[in-house]
Amino acid sequence: MRRLSFAEAIRECLFQEMERDPSVIVYGIGVPDFKGIFGTTVGLGEKFGPQRCFDTPLSEDIMTGFALGAALKGLRPVHIHIRTDFLLLAMNQLVNMISCHNYMTGGHTPVPIVIRAIIGRGWGQGAQHSKSLFNYFTHIPGLKVVAPATPRDGKGLLAAAIRDNNPVVFLEHRWLHWIEDDVPEESYETPIGVAQTLREGSDLTIVATSWMVIEAVHAAKILAGVGINVEVIDPRTLAPMDMAPIIASVKKTGRLLIADYDWLNSGLSAEIAADVGVACFGRLKQPIERVGFAPTPCPTVRTLENHFYPNAETIVRMAEKMLQRAPMDLSGVDFFSHERRFRGPL
Amino acid sequence: MTRRCEETIVRIYPDDEMKTPMHMSMGQEAVAVGVCRALGNNGDVVASYRSHATYLAQTEDHGSFFGELHGRVNGTADGKSGSMHLADIPKGMLGSTGIVAAGIPVAVGAAFANKQNSPGRIAAAFFGDGATDEGVFWESLNVSCAMGLPMMFVCEDNDLAVHTRKSHRQGFNSLVEVVKKYRCSVYEDDTNDVESIYAMTRSAIAQIIAMGTPAFLNVKTYRYLEPCGTTMDSDAPYRRAEEDAYWKGRDCVALQRARLLANGLAEKDVVAVENEINAAILASVAAAKAAAHPTPQQLYYGVFYEAP
Repeated sequence: MRRLSFAEAIRECLFQEMERDPSVIVYGIGVPDFKGIFGTTVGLGEKFGPQRCFDTPLSEDIMTGFALGAALKGLRPVHIHIRTDFLLLAMNQLVNMISCHNYMTGGHTPVPIVIRAIIGRGWGQGAQHSKSLFNYFTHIPGLKVVAPATPRDGKGLLAAAIRDNNPVVFLEHRWLHWIEDDVPEESYETPIGVAQTLREGSDLTIVATSWMVIEAVHAAKILAGVGINVEVIDPRTLAPMDMAPIIASVKKTGRLLIADYDWLNSGLSAEIAADVGVACFGRLKQPIERVGFAPTPCPTVRTLENHFYPNAETIVRMAEKMLQRAPMDLSGVDFFSHERRFRGPL
Repeated sequence: MTRRCEETIVRIYPDDEMKTPMHMSMGQEAVAVGVCRALGNNGDVVASYRSHATYLAQTEDHGSFFGELHGRVNGTADGKSGSMHLADIPKGMLGSTGIVAAGIPVAVGAAFANKQNSPGRIAAAFFGDGATDEGVFWESLNVSCAMGLPMMFVCEDNDLAVHTRKSHRQGFNSLVEVVKKYRCSVYEDDTNDVESIYAMTRSAIAQIIAMGTPAFLNVKTYRYLEPCGTTMDSDAPYRRAEEDAYWKGRDCVALQRARLLANGLAEKDVVAVENEINAAILASVAAAKAAAHPTPQQLYYGVFYEAP
């Protein structure tokens, strides 16, 4: 099987979906330009023309409601935001209009909209260019939210999102774009709402979201070196969350660490912890623990940015605490950064 | 028919069987009726929360209307949505929204889809002058003009946002003069006459199709009842007696009735039509009251799309 980067996998999916279904349109600020949203939309405008792939005025609000009107008239819009932070300008349309239009009109109205947005740390992106905001979207009934972490899942989940008759928020971390892995050439769907166990283990379950999946697998490899067997689960879909494999895993290991690529307070990690707390009461050997962003706005300076974001080291230290192990020496270990890119495969 | 439906609401609302806020169209009906008649079967419309006249003009379906207002399963959304979210998508009534100006972008998206897939079909957004205070109105106007969409903006200009007049809200003197700077055609009406609004809309449609650019219609009108509710609030402090008398002296329904008689229709024939409409409305109200409320299970139905 040939290898593709995550960004190439997304781009291939958009090409295949637009070829397969003429009702698919792709638009957003900067989408058809030469940089093409980290390369993920390069060539779409040339191939499919300005009626199906187009740039927009800097007007996130109208262009989100625009997707609803276009969807009600039979199109399948994919609206792309180069930063999730910019989606905040469109939350009225997303939350007040799109998420509930089907419910408010009797339940049989297809609202096939994909909102694709780039999340996360880049190179000093600071407080307004780096948010995840998972819980902003997962909180809202009527929205599906996916956050793939591998090229294969990126391609398959985007296809599933485009073919879904509901609004889907598709969140991808910009560092994931570099990862290369085997990706099937033909078109395929990865089902929305199905988690994936990436690594099996008996001592500790780690549920990780988006980029933290990469960090959790890295941490699991480090921990394996000292005899700690970690099970890593990637929910892939954040809403609706596939809780069954998570609960089954925690019943097996008795320990849960949630590594969320987001702030912890009132966050998705608290929701997972609450569900597991109910389902696994009496089976937990340790209190559930969480790692995520520092409870601050994101600083731009690298020295503080390194403290703001959790990584594999954060996960290792928390795992050691949960298993009453002394901290190991990590001085020789390389961790991922903007310069030391993780290029996969996972 | 629209007027008679709302008169019926005014009469039976105190029975408290329709537990939904009512933003009444009464006094303003000529705008929706004139525009929707001009669009015929070749238009998609999105209404504001003051949606009754638009819904009834576009769908002519007071059966689903009263079912929805009564919260019954024969309503537009199985009785779950009430007065502010009336929709009938197959009939081109794409939706109504409780958020001021939020429906305008939806009509713009429909106009984009129509341009590709249904040439000659127009999308229209109905909104009050209050909606033009919102940023998304200006974004929508800009996008429609920049993209050259078959889009009609219909401003139902009653001068009031709840109780606040335009003069307190606008930092410019004339909305119409500002909009004329955009690449669209602009129309104005101050007659409250449904046939005049119809004729103006036909001209606007012809222009949209010929030029491939949007149209903006500013139609002066007057709201008879309180902003939300069924009470005639003529004595409220924000009202002006001379304005009230002026508009009620040119009531759109009375104007059209007088025209029918002047055109040679017999009084008894007009009364016969009115009686027929009244009887049909009473039948719709009775059917609504006889229908069931949604079951508790229906609370959870339709969060995500369900195949019909």
